[in-house]
Amino acid sequence: MSVSSTSPALNRALLLSPVVLTLLALIAIPLGIMGYISLLPRNTYGGVDWQAQWQLHSYVQLFYQEGFDGELELNWVYAQALLRSVFQAGGTTLLCFLFGFPVALWMSSLTPRRRNLMVLLITIPFWTNLLIRNYAWLIILREQGWVAQSLNALFPSAGGITLLYNDFAVSVGLVYSFLPFMILPIYSTLEKLDWRLVEAAYDLGANRWHALRRIILPLSMPGVIAGALLVFVPSLGAFITPAILGGGKTLMIGNLIQQQFGTARNWPLGSSLSFLLLAILLVSLVLYALYSRHAAKNLNRGAKA
Amino acid sequence: MKIKSMRLAMSGLALSCFTAMSAHAAEPKVLFFYNWTDYYPVELLSKFEKETDIKVTMDGYDSNETLLAKLQAGGAAYDVIVPSQSIMQTLIKQNLLMEIDAPSLSNFQYVKEPFRDPVFDPGRKFSAPYLWGTTGFSYDSARVPGGKLDDSWKEFFEPRKELHGQLAALDTSSSVINAASHYLNVDECSENPQDAKRILELLQKQKPFLKMYSSDNTVDRMASGEVIMMQNWNGSTARATLQKSTIKYVYPREGLAMFQDNFAVPKSAPHPGNARIFIDWMMKPENAAAVSNAIAYANGVQSDALLDPKWKVMDAINMPDEYASRLRPEKECSNKARELQDRIWSKLKG
Repeated sequence: MSVSSTSPALNRALLLSPVVLTLLALIAIPLGIMGYISLLPRNTYGGVDWQAQWQLHSYVQLFYQEGFDGELELNWVYAQALLRSVFQAGGTTLLCFLFGFPVALWMSSLTPRRRNLMVLLITIPFWTNLLIRNYAWLIILREQGWVAQSLNALFPSAGGITLLYNDFAVSVGLVYSFLPFMILPIYSTLEKLDWRLVEAAYDLGANRWHALRRIILPLSMPGVIAGALLVFVPSLGAFITPAILGGGKTLMIGNLIQQQFGTARNWPLGSSLSFLLLAILLVSLVLYALYSRHAAKNLNRGAKA
Repeated sequence: MKIKSMRLAMSGLALSCFTAMSAHAAEPKVLFFYNWTDYYPVELLSKFEKETDIKVTMDGYDSNETLLAKLQAGGAAYDVIVPSQSIMQTLIKQNLLMEIDAPSLSNFQYVKEPFRDPVFDPGRKFSAPYLWGTTGFSYDSARVPGGKLDDSWKEFFEPRKELHGQLAALDTSSSVINAASHYLNVDECSENPQDAKRILELLQKQKPFLKMYSSDNTVDRMASGEVIMMQNWNGSTARATLQKSTIKYVYPREGLAMFQDNFAVPKSAPHPGNARIFIDWMMKPENAAAVSNAIAYANGVQSDALLDPKWKVMDAINMPDEYASRLRPEKECSNKARELQDRIWSKLKG
C-alpha cells in the first residue's frame, strides 16, 4: 500500500513506464535512426556520411530519377514495385479470407475439446521456420513434383503447365504462410457469437445465406478486419517468398529495400523506401480506426433505437 | 556435429598437456571463422583442431555486402574472414583490416606466382589467397540441339528457340551485369548511362526466355534437369557434372568474370595470433588441396598435383590454358557505376 501514498499521476506513469520504455527502445529509436539515415548522403564505401548536411535527395529519388539519356524523368519503377506489392498483399488477404472464414466458422461449431485441437493443428506449421516451409513448396510445385506431373497428365492439351516461378506460386506461398493469422482472429470472434441471434434470424424467415450475410458476417467483422490487417501488413513487406517461389523475376517493395541495404549499398534510398511503405501502412491503419469508430457509432445508434 | 567437435576439443586439450606450448600461448585456443556459406569442408576443421589445438567456430554469410555491413556495424568478433577481391579495397581503405604481412608466413613459399602480388592488395599486406573461380554458364549437352553450344555469351543472352523458358540467370546484379557487359564489350564498371541503357535492353530482351533468377541450389538445379542452361560458377558446374556427366561448362570468348577470395583478419579480431596460425596452415599444399577436392574450386597454392583425378578431367576445374586470356578479374566499381547498375537491376525487375 506504500504506492498509494504517492500521487495517482505518478503511479500511472510508473506503471506505464515499462511499456513506454519498450516502445521507445524498440520502435521510436530505430525509426528515428532510419529517418536520420534517409536524410544523409551515402558514403563512398557503403553506409552513410554521418556528419553531412541533411538533404531530401533520397525522397526525390523515389519519384524522379536521372534517365539514361541525362534528363530528369518520372521514375515509375519504385511506384510499380509498391503497387504490385499492394495488389499481391490485397489478393493474399482476400484469398486468406475466402479460405479462412469457412474454416473458422466450422471450428466454432465443434465441441470445445476438438476446437482446442484444431487451434493446435493450425498453429503447428509455425513451429517450422518460414524459409523451410517456402522451400517445401518449391519441392511440391516443381516440374518433377507430383502436382505438376499429375496436372499435366490430366490436361495434356494445355501444353505443359508450370506451377513454379510465377505469381501463382507466390500467392500460394503467401496464403499458406499467413492463413492462420486470418483464421484465429475470426475464430475468436465467432467463438463468442451469440447463436440465439442466428436462430432468431431463422425464425424471422431468413435462409442460411441471409443469416450468414446479415447476421454472422457483420458480427464477426472485428475479427475479419483484425485478420485482414494481420495478413496484409506482413505480406506487403514479404521478400523471402517472392524471391524463392517467384523466381526473382519481379521486384516487390521488400526485395527493393533489401537490395538497397545490400548490393546497392544505398542506405538512404532504402530508408526512404521503408518510410514510404510505413506511410502506406499508417494510412491503412487510420482507415481501420475510422471504420471501427464509425462501426461503434452505428452500434450505439442501433442500441438506442 | 557440435558434440563431435567438443569431443575433439577435449582430446585436443588432453594432447596439449604433452605438446610444447607455442609462442601464442597467451591467447585462448579458439578461432572465430567467418566464411561464405558452404565454402569450406567442415572435416578439415577437425584436422586443424587436432594439429594445433585451436578450436574453430565457423559462421556463414551470403555476400560481400553482408560481411561489409557486419564489419562496419562494429562489435563483430571474427578472427578470419574471406572477402572477395572486389571488396578488398573497400575494406582496406575503410581501415577494417589488420596488417598480417602474409609473405612473412612460412607457407607463403607455396603460393603460386600470380597470386603473390595482386592489385587489390599490393605485397599481400592484408590477405592470403584462398580459392578462385569463374562465372560462366553451364548447359546439359544431352538436351541441346546438336549436343553442343558455341562458346559465346550469345547462347545465353539470345538463346535458341529450343531453350526458351529452360534457362536461368544468377540473382546477383553484379554477376548478370558483368556478363552482359562482357558480351556487349563495354566496361563492367562503366559510368556512361548509354552503356547502362544497352545492357538493360539486352537483359530485358532476355528476361522472357528465363525460367528464373536464382543464386541458390545451383548444383541441384543443373543436376536435376530443372533447367537446360544457366549462368553458373565453375565449381558448382563441376559438382553438378559429377552427378550428371553430360553437363558442360562454357568459358565464353567475349570474356568472363573471375573472382578470387582471400583470407584476411579484421582489425577487431580477438585472436589475431591464432588467425595467423590458421592462415599459414591453409597455405600448406595438402590443406589447400583438401578444400579444392571437397568443394571443387581451384586454389592459389601449388597443390595441383594433389587434385583428385575426378576433377582433373573436368574443364570447369582444370581450366585449359587457352582460356586464360578470357578471364576478367572482378573489379571494384565506383559509386556512380554502382548506382547505374542498381538502376539497371531495378528497371529490369520492375
